[in-house]
Amino acid sequence: MVSIGFDRDRIRGTWAVRLAAAILVMTTAIGCASPGAVAPSPTPVASATEAPSASAAEPSPSEAAAPSCGTDPVVLNAYFETGFDIPFKLAEEFTKQFPNVTWDIKQDQFTNLMTATPRLLSGDNPPDLIRLPSMVSLVADGLLKNLDEYATAFGWDEWSAAQLAQNRVAEDGTRGSGSLYAMGLNYSMTGVFYNKELATQIGMTAPPTTVAEFEGLLAKAKDAGLQPIMQWNATASGGGLAFPLQNLMAAYGPTEPINDWIFQKPGATIDTPSNLTAAEHLQQWIEAGYFPEDANAIEYTDANARFGQGEGVFMFNGDWQNATYDKDLPGNVGFFVFPSAEADGKLAAMSAPLTYGIATNAKNADCAAFFFNWVATDETARQINVDIGGSNPGGPTDLPIPSAAEGSVTNETLAAGNEVAKDNGGMDFIANATGSIFAQGWTPELQKMVGGRQDAAGLLKAVQAEYEKELNR
Amino acid sequence: MIEAAGKAGPAPAIARSQAPAADRRTARRILPNRGIRRQTIVGWLFVIPALLMYLVFVIQPLFLTVQYSLYRWDGVGPATWVGLANYVTVLSEPRLLETLFNAFRLVLFFSLVPVGLGLVTASVIQRVATGRLGTISRTILFLPQVIPLVAAGIIWGRLLSLPGLVNQGLSAIGLSDVTRAWLGDFDTALPAVGIIGIWVLLGFCTVLLLTGMTKIERALYESARLDGAGWFQEFKAITVPSLRHEIGVCLTVTVIAALAAFDIVYVSTGGGPGGATAVPGIQIYILAFLERQVGIASALAVVLVFLVLAVILPIQRLSRDTAR
Repeated sequence: MVSIGFDRDRIRGTWAVRLAAAILVMTTAIGCASPGAVAPSPTPVASATEAPSASAAEPSPSEAAAPSCGTDPVVLNAYFETGFDIPFKLAEEFTKQFPNVTWDIKQDQFTNLMTATPRLLSGDNPPDLIRLPSMVSLVADGLLKNLDEYATAFGWDEWSAAQLAQNRVAEDGTRGSGSLYAMGLNYSMTGVFYNKELATQIGMTAPPTTVAEFEGLLAKAKDAGLQPIMQWNATASGGGLAFPLQNLMAAYGPTEPINDWIFQKPGATIDTPSNLTAAEHLQQWIEAGYFPEDANAIEYTDANARFGQGEGVFMFNGDWQNATYDKDLPGNVGFFVFPSAEADGKLAAMSAPLTYGIATNAKNADCAAFFFNWVATDETARQINVDIGGSNPGGPTDLPIPSAAEGSVTNETLAAGNEVAKDNGGMDFIANATGSIFAQGWTPELQKMVGGRQDAAGLLKAVQAEYEKELNR
Repeated sequence: MIEAAGKAGPAPAIARSQAPAADRRTARRILPNRGIRRQTIVGWLFVIPALLMYLVFVIQPLFLTVQYSLYRWDGVGPATWVGLANYVTVLSEPRLLETLFNAFRLVLFFSLVPVGLGLVTASVIQRVATGRLGTISRTILFLPQVIPLVAAGIIWGRLLSLPGLVNQGLSAIGLSDVTRAWLGDFDTALPAVGIIGIWVLLGFCTVLLLTGMTKIERALYESARLDGAGWFQEFKAITVPSLRHEIGVCLTVTVIAALAAFDIVYVSTGGGPGGATAVPGIQIYILAFLERQVGIASALAVVLVFLVLAVILPIQRLSRDTAR
């Protein structure tokens, strides 16, 4: 959920975060104080490739020897993200089942974690478990533990390959393949949420099966005087129009090139003919007034509040918002995966793990890895993930996915996740390609498009240029 | 209220301190040698804690920033020496240059308008609103200084949004054609941020200038009035020239606020839409913490420091020279 999560989290940022950010800028102006030398050598890189300490390294290949938390008292040193209950609830349940494990949980806003993670990982008391904003540079600096041995020991390799792909980093620094450096506590799902009452009003009886059909519904909503799509696009929240844009990209073209671009495969480009078609559709939607005219000033929280008050037939978002939708519009919010261009075309959606990693020098790496395995396989943990997180717990494909409360939109997002998995249509988010492609590329260019100052071709060219510039720096 | 008066205090104090300082100096000369040394040591003891803080938290980081600006560094891994390449990037990349231009556009709103308007407001308050009315109006004008900028930025964001109070007011008086999302519109975002700046800084300037006015000799006004001068002539011939020093302070503080702006912009627009309100502070933040290009971020910060100095030093000299 790195950046899908990233925007949602930034928006949640209270004034305190922003204040902290203000202070951070001051400290940038004064430099990043701590590294004494300008060329601080990272903590022993070698250990990144070594076997993950004692028990995992034991030769016995049997399941019984898989790493565990043992029986001695263990205190897991963890950094969680403020504002999200899911890891806290999981930690609580874990201690209930394994009383020798207690937690030392520090929490911070996602934006702060984003800036502090390298320092925390390289510090004196490296975390056993930490919410990760992005991985590639952390791996390059040797700060994250290589989880390959754990994957073998616990049998994670046998899970759906797509599940772990986003957490793999190859030796050349590209993501999507190579060694495993993080795990998802759950896997989010994105798509189109809709207000059932308003949808009925415009004659939508079943979710659209083609883009054309969806566009027909948008036109009907506009004619009926409704707001067809509620979407945020303010800078602080990041350009929310990237959601429909990427859905359109996957509707008009294959997902592989998009993922290659996100994973920084050599020579990858976002400026392709099918993506141009997608961007042109988005531009038409903007020009037809399907998005709010003040989209550039709407922040994530505002957009959700307005959708919750009945403004907007559709909204592109992710299942992390399910609980709020269930509360604001109980029983009245539906969900569908964005349709393909053709009726029998493949379905695709952005889906990202709630990524957590282990520091290279973590004291209780085995126990942390055991926790990852437990989250994905324990029945209670999986139920907590669905109930609290609203997301798919992932894990072995033969385990049943727990069901959510009756009438919750979570049941629809979970079902949709299955459809996408069948078509192997999982994608990471185009905003996650580099650390600042969202802030420096997508968001400003999409805002220009909303403001009538950028067209489809220019948008893709500008973002591609920014992408290449950032990679070449 | 008390705070308002207290904060405004230092300005006249600076002006007044010259005479007594001279007395003190002569007084010190009479003291025996040992006394001087002891006084010096005690003086240093008082200064050292502050000086240490200053060295550790201002001077050292300043030098580190200059050092970082010569390297390519992601903040954690090994750094590579790149010489002045980061400065070339800062001065050749249109987006980074644009932030510097935006900063200067903000000077108009953050500096020139508050100082100009502050002069007029202060002289009106001094002339018309004496006594309690003056205190009340001063307090109201100064209040924005007391409110945290971040909170103010959030409130202004709401006020200026499409369904916000500003647009409701405009619609109510029949101007529904001009309503828009002020902070989300390419043409109005920067001026809208500027208006928030005016709101914040006007009170500061007014109170500072008003305090300065109290030290202008009444007799000057009386004789001007005897000569038949009106309000504007008094303002032009007596008030403004007598306040050069205060105006200098106002300009210095507000110009820095404009060029180094971060909080108001970050909270209200985040630099958007499409970079329309992007200022160096925001870019430094993005470069350092999102892009992890600590070198380029530091180079931009250094350029900003020099720009601020280049603008501030002439103002300082101007106000000092003319004050003499």
